[in-house]
This record gives sequence, C-alpha cells and structure tokens, in this order.
Amino acid sequence: MSCWETIADYGLRSIGIGERLLPRDNFTLCQQVVLIGSGLIWNIYFGTLALISGFFLATAVALGKASRLKPVQKLSAWFIFVFRGSPLFIQFFFAYFLFLSLKSVSPIFDPFTAAWLGALIVLFLNTAAYSGEIFYGALQSVPRGDLEAADAYGFAGWTKFRRITWPTMLRLAWPAYTNEAIFLFHATTLVYFSGFPAWQQRGDALYYASYFADKTFNPFVPYPILAGYFILLTLIVIGLFGLVNRNLNRHLPQASRARMTFRPTLLR
Amino acid sequence: MASFCSDPSTLSGLSWLLCYLTTGKHVALYWSVGTVLLLLAITAPAALAFGFGGATAARSRFLPLQWLGRGYIAVVRGVPDIAFFLFFVIALDQFFEWARHKVKCPDWDQPIRQGSDFVVCPEAKLPLGNAAQWVHETYGFMLAVLTFAIVFGAFAANVLYGAMRAVPHPQLETAEAYGMSPRQTFWRILVPQMWVYALPGLSNLWMVLIKATPLLFLLGIEDIVYWARELGGAKTARFTDYPHGDWRVWYFLALLIFYLAFTRVSEIVLDRIMGRLTHGQATLAGDAQRKAV
Repeated sequence: MSCWETIADYGLRSIGIGERLLPRDNFTLCQQVVLIGSGLIWNIYFGTLALISGFFLATAVALGKASRLKPVQKLSAWFIFVFRGSPLFIQFFFAYFLFLSLKSVSPIFDPFTAAWLGALIVLFLNTAAYSGEIFYGALQSVPRGDLEAADAYGFAGWTKFRRITWPTMLRLAWPAYTNEAIFLFHATTLVYFSGFPAWQQRGDALYYASYFADKTFNPFVPYPILAGYFILLTLIVIGLFGLVNRNLNRHLPQASRARMTFRPTLLR
Repeated sequence: MASFCSDPSTLSGLSWLLCYLTTGKHVALYWSVGTVLLLLAITAPAALAFGFGGATAARSRFLPLQWLGRGYIAVVRGVPDIAFFLFFVIALDQFFEWARHKVKCPDWDQPIRQGSDFVVCPEAKLPLGNAAQWVHETYGFMLAVLTFAIVFGAFAANVLYGAMRAVPHPQLETAEAYGMSPRQTFWRILVPQMWVYALPGLSNLWMVLIKATPLLFLLGIEDIVYWARELGGAKTARFTDYPHGDWRVWYFLALLIFYLAFTRVSEIVLDRIMGRLTHGQATLAGDAQRKAV
C-alpha cells in the first residue's frame, strides 16, 4: 500500500471520511504521520473556534472586572478566578459529567456530551477567563495621556472606547495574548483524555499518537511526529499573531514599536 | 468508621452521609490527596534542580552543552506538556529496562524490539516480576515524579535563564574587576542575586504545577481523579452497602473546589513571600512599600 493510498484512506479519518478501521498492525511511518496529522484537524477546530469566540467574552470580562458597578466587577473577578484557579483537566471532567446528568433532564443537552460542542464550551470559557485577565491588565495600563487626548478631541462613550481605549488595550495585551493562544492550542490535546469520548475513534492528534504508542509499545515514533506537528502549529500561530501585532502597532514610530517577542513566556 | 455504620440500610440523612464518606474506599480517596501533596513536595525541588542545570547549560560557553540546554528549554515551548507526560513515562521505563538489560544480560542474543513487543531478560525487568504490589506502585510513582521533574524542569530552566540575564551586568563586571574567576562570579554574585528576579516566574510555575497534578491520572497513578471517577459512578445495591446514582459530577465539583482553595492559599502565601523579598529592594514594588509606611 503506497503512501498516497494511505493519505486517501486516513487523511480525513478524524472527521469520519475514508477508511473506517484504523490500522491494527505493521504500522508504517506514513500511516502514523497521516493519522496524527488528520487528528490535528480537531486541535485546530477547537483552538480556532474557542479563540475567536473567547475573544469577545474576554473583552466583556475585562471591562466587567474594570467596571465600577460592584456586582458586575465581582462576577467577572469570580469568573476569572474559577477558570484560572482550577485545572483545565478537572474542568473538562466536571463539564462532561454535568452535561451527562443534564442529559437525563432534557434531550436538548444531547450534543453537549459530545466533544465537538461540550469540550468547545469548556475551552471557550477557559480561554475567555485567561485572556480576560490579560486584557484587564492591559486595560489598567492604557496611558492616561491617550485618554486625556481623546477627551480633548471630543471623543466620548462608545466612540472613545472603539477608537482609543480598545485598540490600545489590544496593542498592549497582544504579546501575552499570543502566548495564551499557543497554550490554548496545546490545551486542546486534553479533550479526548478527560471523559469526552472519541466517537468511532475520531480523535485528535494526541489521541492517535497514544493509540500508536499503546499498540507498538514504542513511544519514539508517534510522539516526535506529534511534536513536529505542534511545533509547526505554534510557528503558524506566532506568525499570524505577529502580522496582527504589526497592524496594531502601525501608527507608532519605528523605534518605539513593541517588538513581537518570539520567545513567549512558557506559562499561562 | 463509627459503630453505628454497621448496618447502612437502616441509616438515613446525615448519618448515612457520614458513614458513606468514611468507607474504606473514601479513606483511599483522602490518602490520594496525600499522594498529590507528596508529588508536589518531591517534584518542586527536583524540577528546580533540573531547571538550574538546564539554565546553567544554556548559558555555558561550551557549545554542545549550550545547545543541549537551549534545546531542552525550546522544545517544551512548542509541544503540549501532556504529550511529554505520555511520552516520558514509557520512554523512561524502557530506557531503565534497556540499561539494566545491557548490564545484567550481556550475552542475550535476541533483539529487544520484536514487532510490537519490548522484550528484555527477566532479570532486567523493572520492577522484577515477583515484586510486591507496593513496589510496582512506588516504581510507577517514581516514574511519574521523574516525568514531572523533567517537564517542569524545562519550565523552571526558562525562568531561571531569564532571571540570570536580569541580574544587572555591572554587578558581574565588578566581580571580574575584583579578580573573581568566572566560577566564583557565578556562585557568589549571580546565583544569590537571581532569586528575586526568578520569584514571580517560579511562583507562577508553582501554580501551573498544582494545576498539572491531576494529570497523574493519565500516568496510571491511583490519584484523586481516579478515585473520583471510581467512587462517583452509579452503584447498585448488589455491589455496595451504599447504593447511589451517578454522582461523578459532585465528586468533580469537590475536586474543583479543592483545587480552587489550594490555589487561593498558595496565592496568599506567595504574595507574602514576595512582599518579604521586595522589602528594601530598589524596584517599583519596593518603592511602593516604602511610601506606604
């Protein structure tokens, strides 16, 4: 069986297209590369959607935490604390079992017990909390001079926020936010190890990598393949975020532009 | 276990709950909290040691060592940590067995990898086939600790590497001017001064380490996640004196609260330590402290 056939059979296996049975023995390198790569579709799916949807909630949460309304501020602070203070792994488990028990109450919750929706919601809330904290920090450090200048130009309310506060906040938060995005993509590998079942063995990259490692009892092939894919993914994320960073900083004089850090801090 | 628990079917309400929460398996759950704390207690210093080694290697002037250190730091940045956990547990186990095999059975002529099997001679097995159950468990736990130490060592190496570069350079130049050798400069000037710069990163690392402890479950240790799944699952009267429905959601809620409390307490303690350390330092935070008094 040539490698092209393997790609045709397993290239989209993780979303249920192609050969139904996974290879059982005599694994070729090609099979491992193709299947793990096919699993990466799920990582990208979870990461991208959670990041995009989480972005809006994060802005709301950051504004909430900075709000002068006590209840709103408390609520946002608690939201951030709960999701940043507990392990994502436990959050996945908790959410899965919660959806499972809600399922017996109403069939509406049926899709929530599947990874594509349930895990996405957890990731969405989780990344919103982490980015919310980042945005909050950036919001606090928007230079007062910028806001005073905005006042002087007659900006007020929504326009002031849209044109002045928000872009500055994003600009300041962007390096840390890039880091968060990288970690979010890494966190997507936890999904299929935390209760959410991989229906018909449609899993993510790590799911297939550990499948091969279990079957061959040789971790030295599948995990480095996975590592290669993820390093590539990380580089792409850094590249895309770097482009946005350049756009956010385009009005600044060349010398004072915040250089995009290509050595993001390791921790979220 | 209280004496009135002898016949659970007659109990109800609070006393039922009390008896239920003190069954043997629940006691095992409470002990597994100890496992988590033990893991943290061993891993934190071990990871710090690995990190120190990694950071020192990364700024070494001997090129291969420098590449080794930088590679160690760089690789964890791009790859999900859970992949490392899954990888190292098998890889370390096989490495140990392979090394023992080479030493103990030099005249073994079959290949070690036979298809999908990893075959070493019986004397090289770890732990030995006839070892007691607790030896197996301890070995598993030690592998997990080593894995955690390697992965978090890389994180710590990154933090310490940054901290070493944050020490003001004139300090090192002054040391040189006083005639200290590079070794003396490193140990007497650089290392004592770097901790203040490293502390924010290290406390962040501690938080991440706490939040990584549930991953022990994936390494095959009977930790709190294991017991929460085990105990929370629906039980019928046939197998237990305390039948109940699917309570896993409650068990995981308890775990969630446990971790939140743990993080909160750590946060408070670390804030205090940081306050102590910044006292009298020529930094923004130190100035703020002085003004507050």
